[in-house]
Amino acid sequence: MIQLTINGQPQQFEAPINVTQLIDHLSLHGKRFAIECNGEIIPRSRFSEQILAHGDQLEVVVAVGGG
Amino acid sequence: MNHLIIAGKTYSSRLLVGTGKYKDFNETRAAIEASGAEIITVAIRRTNIGQNADEPNLLDVLPPSQYTLLPNTAGCYTVEDAVRTLRLARELLDGHSLVKLEVLGDPKTLYPNMVETIKAAEILIKEDFQVMVYTSDDPIIAKQLEEMGCVAVMPLASLIGSGMGILNPWNLQIIIDNAKIPVLVDAGVGTASDATIAMELGCDGVLMNTAIAAARNPVLMASAMRKAVEAGREAYLAGRMAKKLYSASPSSPTDGVIASTQTAPKKP
Repeated sequence: MIQLTINGQPQQFEAPINVTQLIDHLSLHGKRFAIECNGEIIPRSRFSEQILAHGDQLEVVVAVGGG
Repeated sequence: MNHLIIAGKTYSSRLLVGTGKYKDFNETRAAIEASGAEIITVAIRRTNIGQNADEPNLLDVLPPSQYTLLPNTAGCYTVEDAVRTLRLARELLDGHSLVKLEVLGDPKTLYPNMVETIKAAEILIKEDFQVMVYTSDDPIIAKQLEEMGCVAVMPLASLIGSGMGILNPWNLQIIIDNAKIPVLVDAGVGTASDATIAMELGCDGVLMNTAIAAARNPVLMASAMRKAVEAGREAYLAGRMAKKLYSASPSSPTDGVIASTQTAPKKP
């Protein structure tokens, strides 16, 4: 069991997962977003190789209206 | 002559608009079309995890292929948050590096913290971002931001979202006179005449959001702002007449007025 904090909310997973699996889990496929792990950007090219570990802090962001 | 050039790219509109505070995406799109803006600001926020998976996305309505998106750091009060936000924005927008930096100092006034803004600008410029920077209307700070390598300085006309108009045209004038990079008024415009005054001062452009979004009819106000910015720019280029204090000058011929029983008083 590992715990990840995603946008401030803790979530449990049975086993370590990579970023592609996380994206699937969050139903973000085909959407425009960016993701950082512990303050570091994860480029799209590294989604399948980056394994997320217990305690990782993730931020998943999108563009919204703003001035 | 009549084009705005920012970081080497040419734009025909000098009006930049935000995308916040609209009723829905339809209104956002209609207002932005009416404004004629080519550069539009967006904010970067956490996505709703597990909620509204089919929610429409702003970028579907305003595609990056059609507009130059200017991600901002609205809501950031620290160097770290501002820099992280723009790194995420660059990843989100496929390496797009033109950004709007603002580091706020106070939630009540949303006044920029210029010490922190300068620190953030330094980091971002080193990382090859093209930084358009929201600043107080201090001419020395504005010059310093230019010398650091910011691609545009954007002094406030008055507080963000206040609609109070141009409170210190004299400072703006000094900033404009000293600048070799574009100067855009950002924040404080309330109505069309405010935008015109900014452009008449010699600003290179105006950035606004609330003045349009909070108007009773945002689409009509967007159209008014487009004309106001164009009018102000043309008046600036045309060069206004000199003011003649307390001295009128008739536009019609003074000779040949029909005979009158009364004679006009002689000039002293």
